[in-house]
Amino acid sequence: MEFSEILQYIFAGIKIGSIYAMVALGFNIIYNTTGIINFAQGEFVMLGGMFMVTLSKLMPLGVAFPIAVLAVVAVGCVFERAAIWPARGASVITLIMITIGGSFLLKGAAMLVWGKSSFALRAFSTEKPIMISGATIQPQTLWIIGVLAIVVIFLAVFFKFTLTGKAMRACAANRAAASLSGISVERMVLLSFALSAGIGAVAGIVITPVTLVDYTCGPSYAMKGFAAAVLGGLGVSTGAVVGGLTIGLMECFGAALRFEGASTYKDGIALVVLLIFLCAKPSGIFGRAAISQLKKF
Amino acid sequence: MKRFCIALTALVIIALVLVTGCRKKEEGLEMGPSGPAAYKVGAMFAVTGPASWLGEPEKKTVEMLVKQINKAGGINGHPLKVIVEDTTGMEAETVNAMKKLIDKDRVCAVIGPSRSGTTMAVINVAQEREVPLISCAAAAVIVQPVKKWVFKVPQMDSDCVARIYEYMKEKGWTKAAIITGTTGFGAAGRDQLKKLAPEHGIQIVADETYGPKDTDMTVQLTKIKNTDAQALINWSIVPGQSTVIKNARQLGLTMPLFQSHGFGNIQYVKLAGEAAEGVLFPAGRLLSVEGVPEDDPQKEVLTKYKKDYETTYSEDVSTFGGHAYDALMVVVDALKAVGSNKAKIRDYIENKKGFVGTAGVFDFSPDDHCGLDKTAFVMYTVKGGKFVPVK
Repeated sequence: MEFSEILQYIFAGIKIGSIYAMVALGFNIIYNTTGIINFAQGEFVMLGGMFMVTLSKLMPLGVAFPIAVLAVVAVGCVFERAAIWPARGASVITLIMITIGGSFLLKGAAMLVWGKSSFALRAFSTEKPIMISGATIQPQTLWIIGVLAIVVIFLAVFFKFTLTGKAMRACAANRAAASLSGISVERMVLLSFALSAGIGAVAGIVITPVTLVDYTCGPSYAMKGFAAAVLGGLGVSTGAVVGGLTIGLMECFGAALRFEGASTYKDGIALVVLLIFLCAKPSGIFGRAAISQLKKF
Repeated sequence: MKRFCIALTALVIIALVLVTGCRKKEEGLEMGPSGPAAYKVGAMFAVTGPASWLGEPEKKTVEMLVKQINKAGGINGHPLKVIVEDTTGMEAETVNAMKKLIDKDRVCAVIGPSRSGTTMAVINVAQEREVPLISCAAAAVIVQPVKKWVFKVPQMDSDCVARIYEYMKEKGWTKAAIITGTTGFGAAGRDQLKKLAPEHGIQIVADETYGPKDTDMTVQLTKIKNTDAQALINWSIVPGQSTVIKNARQLGLTMPLFQSHGFGNIQYVKLAGEAAEGVLFPAGRLLSVEGVPEDDPQKEVLTKYKKDYETTYSEDVSTFGGHAYDALMVVVDALKAVGSNKAKIRDYIENKKGFVGTAGVFDFSPDDHCGLDKTAFVMYTVKGGKFVPVK
């Protein structure tokens, strides 16, 4: 394999891996604050893309972007208030099943609103690829990497330096103590859903020019993002990014192998990784506090 | 720790089910006035799902034709009733739909389904129940070897491959890279591409595949870019075929791009955007009706269908709607001649010569349940976002 070919696969892996990383970050935020896995996360990604497609027809991209994100954040908040909050006393498993049901609901709603077609979005800057050492990288990939960096930095600053962020971390560490300290746990849960929805939306918007978006694309992102989150350690932000990029790169290099059918089994790579980690090292690469999280169970 | 593992594994299984998806079957639509003397024909199309750009125009065409026929007094006075089932493009639903149409609705013939994969799944049902099946799918394996009760109306994928290879030879391109979908149509196309390459003097230097739900084919196309291929042939009907085109141009692939006749809906062009300019593919004359000479036997049928469809639905015709037209009108022609006896319908279709449809002029025979050859094709390209025949 030539260097330019390897470089091409690296670019492809980082491109899709960044999206998995953002989805994994979304999983982590909700998991940290509530202890549940939100399987509707993939739908937030899908809705981000869908809203952006519709809004970009009415206004310039720069204006449509924040509005689309806010729209999905609103959906996330409504989802939390309508589906999660009423069942807040229920067990974690029940809540997780509610999120699965919610994902079906969102998928069906998207189908009714937007129909069954696939939609495209034009690239943010140009579609003309940039040549680097014989490999091409689309400008959109640079946007994706840039957005991931911004999201990671934003979350780091938010959780470390802002009062609200610290309050959310307090909820994650010990819900009862946080509540006793005067933190409104319910508000933190709502905020966690809003934040996850926003990140999911951002991921969806930035990947749609590259792939297409249709009402069924959510679960695939949820699955891969979840695998990334587990790989990196559920609840650990660094883990989400590392896990996402790793799975993205593994998918691309796996598909590049020169045996017949390699590209067909590309999607299975994330699932195989997930199964291996669940059996051998459920705490993931960076997770060590898994045992303390289990106290919730 | 152990309980955590088990819980998480259970969640993974649930999530897996999520990903594979559960589809709901739509209720079949009833059309036309019902009455004791109505002729009942079954139709199965992929109205929703990954092949919806095939199934939707097919369903719309059938609905339009049934209205027209019944308004004109039906078939020899009998009203026509077509019961349309949505297969969602999946094998299991198609088999269920077929059984329902035959056992419950007691239809005398079934047209559809839209996809090659789903057609292969119901061939046995047609043979066992002895009901004529007129498929709107293109794979040659549907009728080769010939099955007594199974017919198809689109042009053969083998003829499409032959047309592409002939065009390539004319231009002096002998090295082809193929990238095919892992669906029934894609896999059948891949077999034909490999089978027919030697006799046309074409060498296949790369053989890549992509799944129907794949959203990014950059990796496969990168492998292709690093070969000495002179042309790329892309074979599937899912929206992903447009992604292949987009990715190819984004990677800087400048070689000519060929598509199958599964590209015949302008939506695929819209989805691929500018990258679709210059794409080449064979298809029936329905996509360039204005250019068809007045003395061509198909001119009248093509003009009327195009006008009716585009006026009724305000959208461009596609070759897929044309396949539904051909399938239904073949059955209507048989009903007119021999009535609703299934065996008689089958015998009539098998021996029909010179049937003018949208895909071509059909000459069926006991050895040929497709009735079309490669003269049914015209080579098209995409120019200015429209289908334009190549001179």
